[in-house]
Amino acid sequence: MVSIRLTVDNVERTAEVEPRTLLVHALREQLGKVGTVVGCDTSNCGACTVLLDGESVKSCSVLAVQADGSTVDTVQGLAQPDGTLHPIQQAFHEHHGLQCGYCTPGMLMRAVCLLSENPTPTEEEVRHGMEGNMCRCTGYQGIVDAVMAASQAMSDSYGANQSSIAEPAGVAS
Amino acid sequence: MTATPQTREHRQTEFEDNDQTPVGFGRMLRKEDPRLIRGRGRFVDDVQLPGMLHLAILRAPVAHARIVSIDISAAQAHPKVKLVVTGAMLAEKGLAWMPTLSNDVQAVLATDKVRFQGQEVAFVVAEDRYSARDALELIDVEYDDLAPVIDARKALDPSMPVIRDDLEGKTDNHIFDWETGDAEATEAAFARADVVVTEDIVYPRVHPAPMETAAAVADYDRVDGKLTLWSTSQAPHAHRTLYAIVAGLPEHKIRVIAPDIGGGFGGKVPIYPGYVCAIVGSLLVGKPVKWAEDRSENLTSGSFARDYIMRGEIAATKDGRILAIRTNVLADHGAFNGQAAPSKYPVGFFGVFTGSYDIEAAYAKVTAVYTNKAPGGVAYACSFRITEAVHLVERLVTSLALEMGIDQAELRLRNFIRPEQFPYETKTGWVYDSGDYEATMRESMRIAGYDELLAEREEKRARGELMGVGVSFFTEAVGAGPRKNMDILGLGMADGCELRIHPTGKAVVRLSVKTQGQGHETTFAQIVSEEIGIPPADIEVVHGDTDNTPFGLGTYGSRSTPVSGAAAALVARKVRDKAQLIASSMLEVSVADLEWTKGAFQVKGDPSSSVTIQDIAMRAHGAGDLPEGMEGALEAQICYNPENLTYPNGAYICVVDVDKGTGEVRVRRFIAVDDCGTRINPMIIEGQVHGGLVDGLGMALMEFIEFDEFGNCLGGSLMDYLIPTALECPDWETGHTVTPSPHHPIGAKGVGESATVGSPPAIVNAVVDALHPLGIRNIDMPMTPSRVWDAIQGRPRPPV
Repeated sequence: MVSIRLTVDNVERTAEVEPRTLLVHALREQLGKVGTVVGCDTSNCGACTVLLDGESVKSCSVLAVQADGSTVDTVQGLAQPDGTLHPIQQAFHEHHGLQCGYCTPGMLMRAVCLLSENPTPTEEEVRHGMEGNMCRCTGYQGIVDAVMAASQAMSDSYGANQSSIAEPAGVAS
Repeated sequence: MTATPQTREHRQTEFEDNDQTPVGFGRMLRKEDPRLIRGRGRFVDDVQLPGMLHLAILRAPVAHARIVSIDISAAQAHPKVKLVVTGAMLAEKGLAWMPTLSNDVQAVLATDKVRFQGQEVAFVVAEDRYSARDALELIDVEYDDLAPVIDARKALDPSMPVIRDDLEGKTDNHIFDWETGDAEATEAAFARADVVVTEDIVYPRVHPAPMETAAAVADYDRVDGKLTLWSTSQAPHAHRTLYAIVAGLPEHKIRVIAPDIGGGFGGKVPIYPGYVCAIVGSLLVGKPVKWAEDRSENLTSGSFARDYIMRGEIAATKDGRILAIRTNVLADHGAFNGQAAPSKYPVGFFGVFTGSYDIEAAYAKVTAVYTNKAPGGVAYACSFRITEAVHLVERLVTSLALEMGIDQAELRLRNFIRPEQFPYETKTGWVYDSGDYEATMRESMRIAGYDELLAEREEKRARGELMGVGVSFFTEAVGAGPRKNMDILGLGMADGCELRIHPTGKAVVRLSVKTQGQGHETTFAQIVSEEIGIPPADIEVVHGDTDNTPFGLGTYGSRSTPVSGAAAALVARKVRDKAQLIASSMLEVSVADLEWTKGAFQVKGDPSSSVTIQDIAMRAHGAGDLPEGMEGALEAQICYNPENLTYPNGAYICVVDVDKGTGEVRVRRFIAVDDCGTRINPMIIEGQVHGGLVDGLGMALMEFIEFDEFGNCLGGSLMDYLIPTALECPDWETGHTVTPSPHHPIGAKGVGESATVGSPPAIVNAVVDALHPLGIRNIDMPMTPSRVWDAIQGRPRPPV
């Protein structure tokens, strides 16, 4: 077993993991972050996408020990402590960018990364940028609409390029 | 009853948040979203219970082999392993086999033989997910290989090994023969036809592949003898009954909880061996046991879809009047007949293969066979084989159109069942409820700019480019179904619904159906709101837990709105009737003097004298007088038995460009006009349609569960089983017409599967249209670049 220390959703966390433990399982089974889910076993689907030091990664393809000393942001850290949704969450809600909700955490995290790299993408750039995330419910259109709308909302509001913010203390996550 | 075209304003950005409007129908943002966008959904694999153990399943590496021996000693010695179970151990408890939804039996764990690659052979329960999988490597199974039966076309050859030698007296791989229609009348119609077109149409084996795979957490409490099972179940009540029958547990001591489900698409209707293993594991260990399959397990052993090998024939007069349709089908069911279909419908609702056309005669024969493949067949938004039925007829009509040089849309318009013919009985005995097919078709053509598309196609053809325009018009049959002839293993296909109005005027509605993302928590609140006048935000929708919901058959076959939606409307009306009696005593007028104003009863002609439903709810629970003989409270429960299915329909137009040099098919535009009658929530319907279209695009272009000659599954991961991403999808263009169902309480029809049913033939028809100048008449799915390229080279590959 290896001791690792990482910052998850702005909270310092430690965990005892095996070297082979995948980051997604460490997050889900040891750190209680079940918002991040698993959809495949070949790194294709992107349902497990989180931000690792600001970059979107598929956490099924990262060992937990590789994340030692890193910052990990999951869907559970996207909203503000007072519950205010991140613009991308609001946009997915308003544009019906989710149905069963299983790909949604990964989609949201990938979209956050995409918009940080390219704040005003074209629709074509959004489709390319979201290519690593599969969805079986929406046909992608609501998702594309949502990312475009979030891009608009984030560039409209000054300083809305929020980094992730921890959930309020005392809220189980 | 005519359709009224209404088109969505494309890229609508405004939305009306009608949470507080006591009128239910219309665009309303989903009540499910707040938790799901925060990562606060609760899926089965999120369930963590004290002392919970993990289960993993050892699967067969080969398609067909006798089990000579299984050595589990090394696995048992693993320090973190609590339990190792083989088929032989289950057989001692009478649990090695379980009934399927088609009255066959299926091995929970193989005892005598393995019959498909990926079949369950043994399971391990260990302290953690990783150790359980480690221990699988320590189980040593010796197999004696048998010749596999892979090609369904050869399954009935006498030289083939008998797959199901477990069945008494079984000497071949034949499952059933089924026929419908009038063979003689059809023969006569073909005999006097001017044009006959024959096409071999294969609908390849595909897989629903929901993003969340199947999973279960079984928790057996030895003290009170109660089993709680969290599971990815589309039909939690039916599952509970089956577990009671299979495991011999008393049904009142079984609680099935289907929490949030990450997509179902029919893949979570059957009971899989993994669920039974989890239950057995918990029974034996006395602790909670979690099973969550991997994607590869899901693709190789979970319910497949389609796999119909169809020879279709269509007969017409020289002026394009379709006379008759005939088909002969070979159905590959895999090693066990696990098809999820009503008991009396071994081919599901394939009988609707006459489609949207008023024809003189029809006949179909279906032969089903066993092969060494995973069981299934009915899944992936097929509405019980209507995907296959629609694909057959729509491919045939386009083949006929191309043969006769008549435009695809024009030929359909000439042959549609006319609005005044509804209710229309087809030549195979299905009674369509309503439709205005011409209006729906013309709306689709209007959105598409159909004539301009044809002109563009001619220009491109003149330049040597391969552009195609494909049309598909489908009639669906959803909402199973009338219990006099529709049941699942003896359970009639009716659905219960319960509505309680609390003293303060808030409400809880309890459903027997189970959403997997279709938005029931939102739309059922809207239905009840529409009927009882309480805002949707004040109505809690409870579903998925068999301990606190009424019995019913679950969600599949687009049956939620037709059956459970009807139940929700009717139970609300029942509550409203009681509310009216209370209102009459509160206002001291007769019932006849009251009128309902969506949320209140008022004295006719006197708006100042009225009581709201909330006032009535408080009175119903309060201290005041109620009408003579009336009990307190304001609630009701019903069980709705539908009188017929609902028959939604749609007109789809697909535009493709085919790259001559690579064979790549690009779906450039896709226009989908659906008519599902009354629309409860247009936003949600549109999302359902978009999702179905991506299924159709996937099946048409890339999805395929393929096997090699040895029975190795070649589609066992997302590396090989290709699912469309945002890159392959066009911007879907949707529209709708409204032709209400006359027999449904709110005129609503199902719609969830329509797009999956209707889109594949539109895409294939577009590709065939594009390749037609090259002399190509048919191309099978999946239309991968290499298959299309081979066809362009004049070397069409045989059907899959």
